[in-house]
Amino acid sequence: MGPDSYREEKKKEMSVATLQHADVHGAHDAHHEHHHHETFITKYVFSQDHKMIARQFLITGIIWAIIGGLFSVIFRLQLGYPESTFPWLEDILGHWAAGGKLKPEFYYALVTMHGTILVFFVLTAGLSGTFANFLIPLQIGARDMASPFLNMLSYWFFFLASIIMFSSLFVQTGPASGGWTIYPPLSALGDASSGAKIGMDLWLVSMAMFIVSSLLGGLNYIATILNMRTKGMSMTRLPLTIWALFFTAVLGVLSFPVLLSGAILLLFDRNLGTSFYLSDIVVAGKILPNEGGSAILFQHLFWFLGHPEVYIILLPAMGMSSEIISVNSRKPIFGYMAMVGSLFAIAILAFLVWAHHMFVTGLNPFLGSVFVLLTLLIAVPSAIKVFNWLTTLWKGSIRFTPGMLFAIGFVSLFISGGLTGIFLGNSALDLHLHDTYFVVAHFHIVMGVASFFGMFAGVYHWFPKMFGRYLNNTLAYIHFWVTIVGAYLIFWPMHYEGLAGMPRRYYDYSNWESFKMFGGLNEFISFVAMIVFAAQLLFVFNFFYSIFKGRKVTTLNPWGSNTLEWTTPIRPGHGNWVGEIPEVHRGAYDYGKDGKEFIPQNTPVGENESHH
Amino acid sequence: MSTVVMEQRKKIHPHKFTLWVGIGSLVMMFAGLTSAYIVKRNQANWQTFDLPQLFWYSTAAILLSSVTIYLAEQAFKQREMQKYRRLLVATLILGTLFIVFQFFGFKQLAAQGLGLGKKVSVDFLYVIVGLHGAHVLGGIIAMTLLFAKAFSSRKRIYNSIPVELVSTYWHFVDVLWIYLLIFLLMIR
Repeated sequence: MGPDSYREEKKKEMSVATLQHADVHGAHDAHHEHHHHETFITKYVFSQDHKMIARQFLITGIIWAIIGGLFSVIFRLQLGYPESTFPWLEDILGHWAAGGKLKPEFYYALVTMHGTILVFFVLTAGLSGTFANFLIPLQIGARDMASPFLNMLSYWFFFLASIIMFSSLFVQTGPASGGWTIYPPLSALGDASSGAKIGMDLWLVSMAMFIVSSLLGGLNYIATILNMRTKGMSMTRLPLTIWALFFTAVLGVLSFPVLLSGAILLLFDRNLGTSFYLSDIVVAGKILPNEGGSAILFQHLFWFLGHPEVYIILLPAMGMSSEIISVNSRKPIFGYMAMVGSLFAIAILAFLVWAHHMFVTGLNPFLGSVFVLLTLLIAVPSAIKVFNWLTTLWKGSIRFTPGMLFAIGFVSLFISGGLTGIFLGNSALDLHLHDTYFVVAHFHIVMGVASFFGMFAGVYHWFPKMFGRYLNNTLAYIHFWVTIVGAYLIFWPMHYEGLAGMPRRYYDYSNWESFKMFGGLNEFISFVAMIVFAAQLLFVFNFFYSIFKGRKVTTLNPWGSNTLEWTTPIRPGHGNWVGEIPEVHRGAYDYGKDGKEFIPQNTPVGENESHH
Repeated sequence: MSTVVMEQRKKIHPHKFTLWVGIGSLVMMFAGLTSAYIVKRNQANWQTFDLPQLFWYSTAAILLSSVTIYLAEQAFKQREMQKYRRLLVATLILGTLFIVFQFFGFKQLAAQGLGLGKKVSVDFLYVIVGLHGAHVLGGIIAMTLLFAKAFSSRKRIYNSIPVELVSTYWHFVDVLWIYLLIFLLMIR
């Protein structure tokens, strides 16, 4: 604590004595304008500034994305070229790739870690951790989060989770290998596979830390959005990014604890001899004493998180794409309230559809049909959103900035991936499609790649605000076109493989008469995957190069955007605004109104102004 | 304009709000565990058991502690600091008693041959009640911090937010315990 903050504490205490209790944070705000004197440690490492924490989440997320992406390239080598050997693999993976051929055990470990890393560490922490931290205070007009300290803890719990998960890659028996869904009994018994030994315990402990991190973050996001908005910023004037991040946080806060309870029971089963998930098991020729457990129970607990998790990943991408599409079409978002309403509907339905992951577990068919109905209902708010994005683009004066391209790409992927969701949501069709490459294709397009596109859109759009410089546009365009064409080339063929019944998670298909014919297709997919991965490295280069050497931002509002973050200085300090926080007089989407290209939210309503 | 200002004044303190959302999140965790218990109970091999006698003493302790912390909060707001400190200490002792009774309750169970890993139903008890105990322990740690502040600090403390936060959280773990107790008595 510097002398300034001490004085501030004093003032705060004195003011509290005379004011109502609820005034504390109001008084606090008023004294927050001056710059803190910061050391390297408090500014870059244990920072409590939401913008720095956002950058920490983003850069950690990028590192994880490189690792997770590289894993997919390595296991795609096995799938695409099952007959070949790659001696260099032995150089980097050691005995896991003896003779240049990936061992089956490690193949499973790679698949598991690819899923875990990308779902949780990149698309949850890296995506909503970054943009919720960065955009919430800036766009609602707050100096920082409700609790900057909890916010800092949120990052450091994520960091701890990262360290534990990373270290599990190096243990002798290998990291967890039972799939990212860690279904027991495979994950509950150390004898089941080498990855079910210490690697699995590290996975569970790391995820427990991760859950703590995402809960601390989520609590803060919700409290900040509901309590710390600037004067005039009513809920219906919020940019759609904030609405999306709000529902994301609500989903996380309500569903992650359930995963935690499932994980705790699993830890007990693994280490303390209980049988929550275990019953009647023979492993390695031994009959286990465990009686009375139920493996399906875990699936219920897991998917009660697991399905909302899909929307935790997707909603921020939806929100950012809405904002970016509106800004770069120079048009108001079409149907603002419908956009909010559909986000709300998706958030509610997210909790009511988890059993569609369990159609083939012997679920009561009547119950199954209820879940089919609820699942297909999600098509309604999703279609509303797609309609509104398209009508926002319609007849707009579109600027094809890299951020805009990625936002449009998001819409494209969301449509193609969403349509296959209608196939999979039917319990009758799911009997055939369950656990095939059709599922892999579906969720990679609609959740994985689409959310990545939302994330890229966000990075390209807000990079100038984050670092005061621009990314290189040429590299950005190459990145976009290679990625969107590549994503379709990788995942589109997988639909055909899945319809033909090709199961996911197999190590080698070349021995199956029915799947032999896909050898060439698999090789093609692997080849494209490598090219797309290389294009992502181009982005990483662009990102880090531009932080230091990019073209400098010289205007406050480079995109001509209405939202409050562009009213801050080009490189805002801790506290965001010098002087008063601007007051808000209008919604975030007054584009092309009364002959004006854009009207920022802090512009007072003119006397003759028309109503939208 | 003045209405907007008024509305902002009435807003709940962000830390309190954060706590409430956090409580919602904890409720979901225990809802997850208790519904897992119900799902499991409807399957084969479920064996009932009796709660240890000592759980009734711990219930009395935590109920009483809710009263003392309520009075402590009132005393703090009326600036009766002596009374506040005494009541805070009383709450701390009662909270610790709760943990001690729970611990020996589990010892009783184990002595009856119902240790961890014997029956699924009892294992649920260990996990659910143990996790609740961990949250009570968290409350005790928070209260110890308040205690240290109340007894060591030379300067006078006016900010009532930390006291209110701890009090709210403490009432929550109390209510949660009552819920769990009734749940475990009714559904067995």
